[in-house]
Amino acid sequence: MLIDWFTVIAQVVNFLILVWLLKRFFYQPILNALDARERRIATELADAEAKKLEAEKERDEFQHKNNEFDQQRLLLLSKASNEAQAERQRLMAAARTDLDNLRAKRERALEREYRSLSEALVRQTCAEVFAIARKVLADLAGTTLEAHIVEAFIKRLHESSDEEKAGLASAFRSKSVLAPAAAAASAASAASRAASTAAATGGELMVNSAFDLPAAQQDAIEAALEESLGIRLPVRFATRSDLVSGVELVAGGYKVAWSIAAHLASLEKEVWELLENQSGHEFEAESETEPELPHKHGT
Amino acid sequence: MHLSPDDIVFWEYGFLKLNATIVYTWGLMLILAAGSKAITRRLSVGLERARWQNLLETVVMAIKKQIEEVGLRQPRIYLGFLGTLFVFVATASLATVIPGYEPPTGSLSTTAALAICVFIAVPLYGIKEQGLTGYLRSYLEPTPLMLPFNIIGEFSRTLALAVRLFGNMMSGTMILAIMLSLAPFIFPIVMSALGLLTGMVQAYIFSILATVYIAAAASSREGAESNGPENLKRGSSQGSIFKDSK
Repeated sequence: MLIDWFTVIAQVVNFLILVWLLKRFFYQPILNALDARERRIATELADAEAKKLEAEKERDEFQHKNNEFDQQRLLLLSKASNEAQAERQRLMAAARTDLDNLRAKRERALEREYRSLSEALVRQTCAEVFAIARKVLADLAGTTLEAHIVEAFIKRLHESSDEEKAGLASAFRSKSVLAPAAAAASAASAASRAASTAAATGGELMVNSAFDLPAAQQDAIEAALEESLGIRLPVRFATRSDLVSGVELVAGGYKVAWSIAAHLASLEKEVWELLENQSGHEFEAESETEPELPHKHGT
Repeated sequence: MHLSPDDIVFWEYGFLKLNATIVYTWGLMLILAAGSKAITRRLSVGLERARWQNLLETVVMAIKKQIEEVGLRQPRIYLGFLGTLFVFVATASLATVIPGYEPPTGSLSTTAALAICVFIAVPLYGIKEQGLTGYLRSYLEPTPLMLPFNIIGEFSRTLALAVRLFGNMMSGTMILAIMLSLAPFIFPIVMSALGLLTGMVQAYIFSILATVYIAAAASSREGAESNGPENLKRGSSQGSIFKDSK
């Protein structure tokens, strides 16, 4: 008999025990582990999905912010560049204005310098010219020239008109001064009349000359005076070397002269006056036209 | 020479006896239980796991998938019984590589015991799934005339299960013994390897047939509507014929 019934029963029992054992130690733990893993994977997937969604959201937000930032940056950049351009133009204009002003100022300064230089040159030249003239005339002066001058003086005294003669006579008379006045000497007499500090007194007429006049000429002068003015006054003759050459009548506070020194002095005075007038006008014109410089270049 | 490990008796007291079949079965049970406990004691639920755990998981998942494919929608209920059938038969066959070992499945007593378990389990699962009347009514289908044939079929397939497994396992051992006496070198190794393959195939066939029977019993009501269980029954009977011819 191939089948042993006790063994069959024993094997059935054994098999059932094995089923229980394997269920207890094999299938159940394994299935539990599998379930746990599936749950865990599902959870992790859900987590990952949630994180992915969150990440996408954050990415979108970030991109949005990035775009905004870019736009803002571009805006600021363009604004700044525009401002810089405007500032540059403003500064350039200011600098150009400054440059123009400085150039004008410098040109004016140069002009002024040039003028003052030329003026100094002119003054120097004039002084030299006068000195030379004075020297030359002094060198040329002499008794012969003096004689010619006296002759000319007498001649002109004779040739002067009656009104002139009368004017002169009354002037001398009222001031107790009597002096011959030549027409040629009238220009110089006008300038020297007021400032005279003549040494002559009351009824004395004083004739100054650069050199001693010879007696014939002294007599001729006295005669000419008497004839022309119709007055007889004592005449005193004196010598003054600073006259260079010429004759001077001094009576009371008045003086009538014909001398090279007086002419030169008068001419020099006029020239200086003219030069000073010119430079004074120019300075005034400059100070009027000079513009105000800007004080600030930037804001 | 023993035809069955039942013949190797270690201890006997009247009706009670302790033969090789029972002892080897206990050995297998010990190995399986202890191994399972050792491996499942530290199970990882994470993505990283030990190789043994991986192996067990693969086995469990394969059995579960197989049960599901046959037509049982809740494989976890049947996993304990059907899975243990497969694991026990497969381990009994694989253990033949151990010298001096006699597979307990080479004893008709063991295979009969397993077949009886299936024979009892089928109506139990059938009643559990569709109730007593529902299960009993399935014997009257397709016509009440088929009732005797259905009952005969129930017994005959149980017998076929037992004899098929016993024949295959016993023949493997016998062939190995004969070959050893005829050609002691090389050839027994080839036959031993072939025996391992045959053992695995038998384990698969045994458990899959049990699954089919249970599936037919458990889902005959739904199957009656779609004619599915009949197909399954027919297929299984064809399979058994095919296997019987082996």
